[in-house]
Amino acid sequence: MAEEATGNALAPQGHGTGEVSAGTAVVSSDAVQNPGFPPHHHRVTDLDEKKAKRAERVTFTLFYLSVAGSLGAVLAYMFFPIETGELMQIRLHTMFVGIGMTLALLAIGIGAVHWGKSLMHDQEITEDRHPVASDEPTRQTSAEIFETADKESGFSRRTLVRNSLFGALIAFPLPGITLLRSLAPQDQDPVELLKHTMWKKGVRLARDTGGAGVGGAIKATDVTIGSVFHVVPENLGDAVDVLNEKAKAIVLLMRLDPQDLKEPEEKKSWSYNGIVAYSKVCTHVGCPVALNEQHTHHLLCPCHQSQFDVSDQAKVVFGPAKRPLPQLPITVDEEGYLIAQSDFQEPVGPSFWERVK
Amino acid sequence: MARANSNVRKSGRRHPLATVALVAIGLLVTGGAYAGFTQTSATADVDLQSPETIAAGQKLFAANCATCHGMNAEGVVGDSPADTSGPSLIGVGAASVNFQVGTGRMPLAFQGPQGMKREPQFNEQQTLELAAYVASLAPGPGLPDSQYLQGDGDVANGGTLFRINCAMCHNVAAAGGALTQGKFAPPLTGVAPTHVYEAMVTGPQNMPVFNDANISPQDKADIISYLKFIEEQPAVGGLTLGSIGPVAEGLFIWVIGLGIIVAFTVWITAKSN
Repeated sequence: MAEEATGNALAPQGHGTGEVSAGTAVVSSDAVQNPGFPPHHHRVTDLDEKKAKRAERVTFTLFYLSVAGSLGAVLAYMFFPIETGELMQIRLHTMFVGIGMTLALLAIGIGAVHWGKSLMHDQEITEDRHPVASDEPTRQTSAEIFETADKESGFSRRTLVRNSLFGALIAFPLPGITLLRSLAPQDQDPVELLKHTMWKKGVRLARDTGGAGVGGAIKATDVTIGSVFHVVPENLGDAVDVLNEKAKAIVLLMRLDPQDLKEPEEKKSWSYNGIVAYSKVCTHVGCPVALNEQHTHHLLCPCHQSQFDVSDQAKVVFGPAKRPLPQLPITVDEEGYLIAQSDFQEPVGPSFWERVK
Repeated sequence: MARANSNVRKSGRRHPLATVALVAIGLLVTGGAYAGFTQTSATADVDLQSPETIAAGQKLFAANCATCHGMNAEGVVGDSPADTSGPSLIGVGAASVNFQVGTGRMPLAFQGPQGMKREPQFNEQQTLELAAYVASLAPGPGLPDSQYLQGDGDVANGGTLFRINCAMCHNVAAAGGALTQGKFAPPLTGVAPTHVYEAMVTGPQNMPVFNDANISPQDKADIISYLKFIEEQPAVGGLTLGSIGPVAEGLFIWVIGLGIIVAFTVWITAKSN
């Protein structure tokens, strides 16, 4: 058969010039010989007319199925309306419209591939690449067009015009770069902002009630052993940017049996009767560390499984975090409310370049 | 079942189904008696203050709990962690006992990272007797007032409180989540409101305590209402895959989703025969 003959003989079929220069490429003399095509196998549909008919039937059935899917999606839209606003109705609507549309598109795809694989001409053929470059006269013409344009516009001759255009193009992106400044807070040193929170001497510890909300202040007597409170500064509402301030100042307040607490001498005064307050911002990448185990005294960060030991200065006992959670020094005021002694003694949250400066 | 029994009993003069019938009658009588018994002695009728209840509780305690918790609930300090040592129960209150025994966590089925929920070993009457005994030792959190357990509170407020205080461990859909070293926060679906309330008050196992100064009784009722709400609400998004988030969803899409794509790719590129 003629078709098979072309399959085995891979004579170069260049376009136009035929021989293509190798350029600077190294042409190896013992290159691997082109093995040609593997022997051609006939498909069952080529040999058996019945099988071909069957493949044909499958293909057009799939296309009809696609039509049915499309119509089904339209019908589903009508029969499962979303106007009622009922959630289960919306679920059915989405499901049946989706099934219809999936069937519509998937059946076209499967049908087309099946058609191509079983019925379309399946002889392997070779087509050489076109040369990348245009032919010589075309290139000559384009070069002439460029030269003419240069001459007529004076691009090379009027250097001042040309160079000022270059200058304008270089200056154009500058405003865009300037806009990036808005990513940092205005009139404030971002490093300072990262180093300080709203906590300062005398600020009462209050309950977090979600969002920008602040619940009541917490008395030391409210915090029974084993309790955990999610805490924000009581004056959080005074902040200009409440949520940003909250993100830095969130604290987890826990009460342990004072005997369980391991505290170095200089930090003994930072807790009150076994009540300790630690920053809730993980020192790894800043997730809220709030999974508190009452008896093991471990705090687990849900993002990357860092574990901190609350009974031992929130030191890291497992996971990718490298530093303990910063402790907020606390005490009580005359009315028995828990207050901060000062801000955190180190920046909260993950590391940043200027952290230790 | 009937046939297997009849084969075994073939030699006797009894009807082949006699054994089955006997077992069935026995079960019915026992079950009926048990149902009648629990109905007559259920819940609020038990007076936690009465000396009889406390005495009954003490007997149950001595028989079932004292090995680990000590004869007077003072706790047993073991020499090694493998010892059957239990903490002191003085001052844990009736709420703690009702939670631990009522959910089947106590008596402990086996030593492990944490006590597991199972079919309760004691009925409600016995559980309350035990609770009465432990509560008589020292003051502690009592059983919750039924007005907070109706699930008719402010669902929105309950949701907010749940997300702040509970969701980090129990998952925002209350589907539970993993903790460290084999411990986990259990799913809260299907948990009785009274047990949810008691867990918040007493902080069982590694759960922290949420006392009434932290979350008021009405707030606890709101949280219970929220849990009831999300449990009853149908999943409008389709398959929830356990509501446990990216792990289940990732597994599904990597195995099923990518599997389908790979299968299609293989089919498209395979030579037709």
